[in-house]
Amino acid sequence: MTTAFPQKGAMILQRTRPPLLETPFEVFDKGVFTPNGQFYVRWHWALIPTEIDIDKFSLTVRGHVNQTLSLSLHDILRGLPSVQLSAVNQCSGNSRGFFQPRVPGGEWANGAMGNALWTGVRLKDVLDKAGVKPGAVQVRFKGLDEPVVADAPHFMKSLEIDHARDGEVMIAYAMNGEQLPLVNGFPLRLVVPGWYATYWVKMLNDIEVLDQPDTNYWTKVAYTIPDTPHASIKPGQTGVKMIPINKMVPRSFVTNISSGSKVSAAAPTTLRGIAFGGDCGVASVDFSIDRGQTWHQAQLGKDEGKYGFRQWQTQLTLPAPGAYGLLIRCTNSNGVAQPDTQNWNPAGFMRNVIESTDVIAL
Amino acid sequence: MRRNRLPVVVLLIVVSMSTDVCAASPFELKSVKIDLPDSDRMFPAGPGADTINNNCLACHSAGMVLNQPSLSKQAWTAAVDKMINNYKAPVAPENVGAIVEYLTVLKGAK
Repeated sequence: MTTAFPQKGAMILQRTRPPLLETPFEVFDKGVFTPNGQFYVRWHWALIPTEIDIDKFSLTVRGHVNQTLSLSLHDILRGLPSVQLSAVNQCSGNSRGFFQPRVPGGEWANGAMGNALWTGVRLKDVLDKAGVKPGAVQVRFKGLDEPVVADAPHFMKSLEIDHARDGEVMIAYAMNGEQLPLVNGFPLRLVVPGWYATYWVKMLNDIEVLDQPDTNYWTKVAYTIPDTPHASIKPGQTGVKMIPINKMVPRSFVTNISSGSKVSAAAPTTLRGIAFGGDCGVASVDFSIDRGQTWHQAQLGKDEGKYGFRQWQTQLTLPAPGAYGLLIRCTNSNGVAQPDTQNWNPAGFMRNVIESTDVIAL
Repeated sequence: MRRNRLPVVVLLIVVSMSTDVCAASPFELKSVKIDLPDSDRMFPAGPGADTINNNCLACHSAGMVLNQPSLSKQAWTAAVDKMINNYKAPVAPENVGAIVEYLTVLKGAK
């Protein structure tokens, strides 16, 4: 655990430079909004500006547009309608540390995710201001961070033009009602609701409309998944078509009891947690105390928006002393449920297996 | 004529200020200046430690490497090759073997 990072509270230290900081899991029991001070952090390159002057910062919009723009923060905050949305930001490799067989990478537990109320402007409005030319196919996003080695690939991500203009993708200047901590992307961060965090470019200062598909390393080579159900393959399997990672899938967690806890047998136990639908809302959260033979519905908490965390709660009684695996399963509003077997791919992406919280009833 | 000018100017300022306040979102950003912590953690002593310390710590601190699971020599070779080929780590060819060997001894598949 570390408290060494400015504007951040206690975080699990995965790496100091460039920072990889994980949210301690108990934070998720406190509510559906993850506090900025404990929101996870993940950077690819070590040259991160540590000073941002809000009067000098500008966002460029260029490429296949009628008019190149250089927008000040004032232009963005005062010149465009503001919108708000709660959405989960989850690292593609969240929970990688649980992959079996193990895979290299950031060995996260389940804390490389968070949910915030994002405030910003629609990407569509910014693109419309520049005027997208006919023939545009993608939009590429770049931030202020830079590689230490000069010829290494600058971190950039692209979205299809229709996705970029869907009115939901946002350029956020606030999370949970406050400006973003610097290490979470101050002053501007792309918000791509329902999509993995690799697309949520931090310290966003450059938007380029492309008339050809993006072939940059971070879009075409890195962050790709097998084009198979659950992005899953067998270890060692080759010759699989790879595609860029994209929409998130449903997940759910118990937050008030951790594996290894002791609970009372033959007495009510309160079970509480969070769920999210991935690229849509949560339809139901179900639990099982008999290894998935029978399932029972948990009660859902307030809906704060379909892309955010949804709290759930239930009371259950473990009938007799012994060991139990408490299974929680989220089904999203598209009818997609968490699978009961874990996926595997060499990058450790997209884990969403039904999690088991293993307890002893006494 | 001259005497009349001042009130007009004042009135314009008031109007433009109130328009700004009414039309705009109240959110204000403040400039930020921080210091990010660095890590002085080195790779533990052993054959090849100097090579890995000299070649790898410019781009990233040691922590994440030391958190890796046990991996085969083949997997460590792939990881080092990825750093060189994809992320342009300036590692001389004659140093690759020592780095892979160090990692395989430290975090090799058991």
